[in-house]
Amino acid sequence: MIGWLNTLLQGVMLGGLYALFAAGLSLIFGIMRLVNLAHGDLIVLAAFVALALMHTLGLDPFLATLVAMPVLFAFGYALQHVLLNRTLGRDILPPLLVTFGLSIIIQNGLVEVFTADSRRLNAGAIEVASVHLGGGLAVGTIQLVTFASAVGVILALNLLFYRTELGRAFRATSDDPEIAQLMGIDNRHVFSLAMAVAMVVIAVSALYLGMRANFDPYIGPARLLYAFEAVIIGGLGSFWGTLAGGVIIGVAQTVGAKINPEWQILAGHVAFLVVLVLRPRGLFPRVGE
Amino acid sequence: MALLEAHRLTAFYGDFQALYGIDLELKEGETLAIIGANGAGKSTFLKTIVGLMPAPAESVVFDGRPVGGLPVAEIVRLGISLVPEGRRLFPSLSVEENLRIGAHGRRDSGYWSLERLYDLFPALAGRREAPSQTLSGGEQQMAAIGRALMSNPRVLLCDEISLGLAPIVIRSIYAALPKIKANGASVILVEQDIVQAMQVADRVYCFQEGRLALSARPSELSREAIHTAYFGT
Repeated sequence: MIGWLNTLLQGVMLGGLYALFAAGLSLIFGIMRLVNLAHGDLIVLAAFVALALMHTLGLDPFLATLVAMPVLFAFGYALQHVLLNRTLGRDILPPLLVTFGLSIIIQNGLVEVFTADSRRLNAGAIEVASVHLGGGLAVGTIQLVTFASAVGVILALNLLFYRTELGRAFRATSDDPEIAQLMGIDNRHVFSLAMAVAMVVIAVSALYLGMRANFDPYIGPARLLYAFEAVIIGGLGSFWGTLAGGVIIGVAQTVGAKINPEWQILAGHVAFLVVLVLRPRGLFPRVGE
Repeated sequence: MALLEAHRLTAFYGDFQALYGIDLELKEGETLAIIGANGAGKSTFLKTIVGLMPAPAESVVFDGRPVGGLPVAEIVRLGISLVPEGRRLFPSLSVEENLRIGAHGRRDSGYWSLERLYDLFPALAGRREAPSQTLSGGEQQMAAIGRALMSNPRVLLCDEISLGLAPIVIRSIYAALPKIKANGASVILVEQDIVQAMQVADRVYCFQEGRLALSARPSELSREAIHTAYFGT
């Protein structure tokens, strides 16, 4: 019994990681209807940026991520401003093609610079530390911090969306870009800011991606898949739904792995399909859609 | 000098020409009404003024400055505000947020503020936190007008603000017009409701298939003249 409870707890914690992957994707799709196929690769790119900062400046992973955030914020703004804004329009195909191309470029660029070797963001003692919750339940400190960060990121995004003028502009532009312009909102600037914010979320995702397991330039697309599933399970446009989606996939994976280690990945996908069949619009769809 | 001028304004939807050289001017403090049948180009005219449709720079002149073809956000910031056809409030914003976003990014103050808009449209005051889609049609129209006023525009463009509303609701919305004018906005109304338009306008323009068929003071207009301008002969 306690074994299963532990499995469930691990699953929830893992769900935090998937929710982090998904939050950035959800933000971008929610505001500009851009399906960013390079999202997973951007997470890996951010992990390599943190790695490079750790090595050159001698920082630990957390500090390196903090330093990387403004850099990635600026990178996200520029990426949207120079490239992705040009792809947005009535046709949904150009952004798909361009971000797919971007995904390939990032992977190959990273191989050129960092080689295809597996890396990790070495965090030292915290990696093996754990917290005992009593009754035989225990959870890894990193896992716990990951989940707490996911909750923190989602809280912050909700505050940004529902309590600030920028958030209001985000929601208005998402509702009706044409009318948003009539409010004096420069949609392109808003989209670029959204991508910049998403890159900060990506930096946080990359931190935990890199501390929890090895990464190499090619693992981005699989992360993209989990992120997509979490977003769709949660319902487009709801950040808390995205957390729920991440947790569902995480729990399904750990429970699947407990039954048979071969079933880990499969169980996550099956859970996704089951939700799609039962609730095609996700668990927390946006009102009015 | 006119506050807003259109010079030989044209507009196209792909190969289809919607406007064929419209000349029109709005003086400070004036209210113009544009009437005409469906598809006459009235809404297209407003959209072109505000930059939602491309136009050569010199074809739209605001306060002596050519503004045709500028980005919408820039034109709006200069002081032209549009109440779009069909109200188009932001569904995921509350009533008050819809009003606030009308003043997006502005720190300069003018006459209109949230409190003054709630005075102007008391029906909205009790619904501040309500999702905009739960409002009645009339309340939505009031919110859409309020949203456009929040930027304290010098020119307010209203596209079919009486569309789909009951006569009593239309009257209560039109009752706000004098106060809007008194506080610094010149107004262009696009209207299907000719009687309503004639009552408030200083000048009436009738569009017919993308051309100006008639312009006159309401007092100079006979039913026959309007009929002819509306439908052609």
